[in-house]
Amino acid sequence: MTRGLPAGRIGPTEGAVDLPPDDTGEAIGLSASGLTITFGFGPALFRDARGRDRFGIADRQPEALRTLPHFPADVLDPERSYGDLCVQACADDPQVAVHAIRNLARIGFGTVAVRWSQLGFGRTSTTSTSQSTPRNLFGFKDGTANVKAEETSDVAQHVWVADGDDAKAAWLAGGSYLVARRFNMNIEIWDRQSLGDQEDFIGRTKASGAPLSGGTEFTEPDFSMPGSDGPVIPRDAHVRVVHPDFNDGVRMLRRGYNFVDGSDPLGGLNAGLFFIAFMRNPDTQFIPVQNRMAKVDALMEYVKVTGSALFAVPPGIGAGEYVGQALFA
Amino acid sequence: MRKPALVALLLATPLLAACTENVKAADDSGDSRTVSVTSTDDGCELSSAQAPSGTLTFDVTNDGSKVTEFYLLGEDGQRIVGEVENIGPQLSRQLVVSAPEGDYVAACKPGMEGDGIRADFTVTGSDQEPSVSAGDQQQVDQALESYEDYVQDQSDQLVAKTRQFVELYTNGEDDAARALYPEARVHWERIETVAESFGDLDPKTDAREADLEPGQKWTGWHRIEKDLWPPATGYTPLSTKQRAFYADDLLGNIETLDGRVQKLTYTVDQIANGSRGLLEEVASGKVTGEEEIWSHTDLWDFQANVDGARVGYEGLEPIVEHKDPELAQTLEERFAALQKLLDAQKTDDGFVSYDRLSHAEVRQLANAVNALAEPLSELTAVVVS
Ligand code: HEM
Repeated sequence: MTRGLPAGRIGPTEGAVDLPPDDTGEAIGLSASGLTITFGFGPALFRDARGRDRFGIADRQPEALRTLPHFPADVLDPERSYGDLCVQACADDPQVAVHAIRNLARIGFGTVAVRWSQLGFGRTSTTSTSQSTPRNLFGFKDGTANVKAEETSDVAQHVWVADGDDAKAAWLAGGSYLVARRFNMNIEIWDRQSLGDQEDFIGRTKASGAPLSGGTEFTEPDFSMPGSDGPVIPRDAHVRVVHPDFNDGVRMLRRGYNFVDGSDPLGGLNAGLFFIAFMRNPDTQFIPVQNRMAKVDALMEYVKVTGSALFAVPPGIGAGEYVGQALFA
Repeated sequence: MRKPALVALLLATPLLAACTENVKAADDSGDSRTVSVTSTDDGCELSSAQAPSGTLTFDVTNDGSKVTEFYLLGEDGQRIVGEVENIGPQLSRQLVVSAPEGDYVAACKPGMEGDGIRADFTVTGSDQEPSVSAGDQQQVDQALESYEDYVQDQSDQLVAKTRQFVELYTNGEDDAARALYPEARVHWERIETVAESFGDLDPKTDAREADLEPGQKWTGWHRIEKDLWPPATGYTPLSTKQRAFYADDLLGNIETLDGRVQKLTYTVDQIANGSRGLLEEVASGKVTGEEEIWSHTDLWDFQANVDGARVGYEGLEPIVEHKDPELAQTLEERFAALQKLLDAQKTDDGFVSYDRLSHAEVRQLANAVNALAEPLSELTAVVVS
């Protein structure tokens, strides 16, 4: 499918008239649209709820691959959380991404079952300096200070699991951890905040994305610059709270998506940011930063976390190999 | 699938149109009411030293190296007509003020120090002359005083009722404690935005179980609420000793709060923001029934938040009445419409339990909250303009 070919051996319309087609057909005529598929393994693949070894691989469970702790403001829907396996399909055309998930789920019936899924759009984060910065549903540029592919030493330090990081899980070297968090935004209430307040909550301007300490989008924020009442980038501004300077230098690769799942029962948008981040070690990266955010971040007034999951993403595969080969071998 | 969505959108249109009526008409007399201001470390340059009266827009750009502020001051160079703060280097912010004919002083304050760099600014008479009222300052003083009194009085009652409540609770008089619980909470909810402003006390007094962080001990109202309205299974009631602990803790925190509240003073924008904030509390917690998940006394809190918002607004009403009469009228109508829905849920001893509301009733309440909260979000800008 990543090459734009049908999901099965026969094709969406080529097979026998008395058999269901082995490709579901909604991608006929569409290109591969940059489709990529990422797989991850959840903690429950290694051990069940009672800690029992499920498939004889418990001794290879990565140290940091545990169910994420409960964070303040988490109101998790178990039907949108956790999972044994994760399949992420990304494409320039959502129809192609859905096509991939639909056909993989179909092929998997009997072996695996879908626990939950989330459709996102408009990637909220740039991951390369060649991309312009998109906006999230709060209307702010998102991804300005993200780890970029061009920052090779930061990518090595913060994103990929290195050889020797985890003696029990040598198979994960060259892979990464994927954190998924479904942030429901309180859209209607956010929209009633003044422009100045919205900018204070984020710590950047809405127009250009420049830090409130001045400059243009990519100017480094100056957290010590005084403002009329405390620093000009307020103490609870999101970018200050999560910035590496206040988090032991920790960074992560954010790669979230906007989502709108229709409306809620009271007519508000059921929408927000499906936060996805890749990192070398959630114990030292995501968990402390998320905890700090939940405690002091001004944005927390306007969000609620309704889904949560952690997966270990094995390294990419070469010709003739299968996903996670080093784990199962 | 598409049809119902379309219907919803069509319904929404007239409502939205009504909300935006208050927005000042776009400047049709050219750009003479828009003034560009360039603030540098040692200069403050205005594109014009005068403008016709009406709604003026100052586009302030900081070309200096320090954070700057821009002020439009009265003729005396003291009275602040409008201000915009925290403009970082190379950033721009807009100040929109309504200015009647007269002499003014414009000032940039690079580095936010001293009197700033000042220049005279003249507003000439025009057919868009805003109405002035000599009573302005008096109205402000009155609004501030009555709000201060209100908050202090609610805080006094909060202490008194909490004391009674924890006594009943520690003595095991559960029926009486359950009856008093929502009544005591009302005084908290009426001043919730003030009470919540103390970041150390709020998590100890008003945290819901879902808000806790790992390792945080759950104390306060909702801890006791759960003990008085325990879940049917899997709950261990608190012992007498534990009850005494949570009771003392709550009362102690409420007394500390009261000590602080009695010393507070307010500004008009704080009152306006408080009023808006209370409606947000309704929209995010009470209308969804998430505030009182064990007692289901959410409608008491709902009413109390609305009470607080209305009192805040009513103090400011004379100011709004003369600056933006249409907004005043919209707010009045929508407060009344929301109150009518709440009145329909009143019972002899308070309110219908939240879990007895039909979905349609919750929906109606939510719509009325949105209808009020949207224009209310303009209140602060109007009273400070
Ligand atoms: C609804 C949820 C969130 C929203 C709307 C949001 C929005 C933003 C925005 C607008 C920026 C500034 C632009 C940029 O540098 O990308 C930003 C930066 C950032 N966010 Fe978030 N974010 C959310 C959740 C999170 C979470 C859960 C984390 C991690 C625990 C996080 C970590 C970061 C980091 C590390 C930065 C870069 C800070 C810097 O280095 O300046 N964000 N976010």
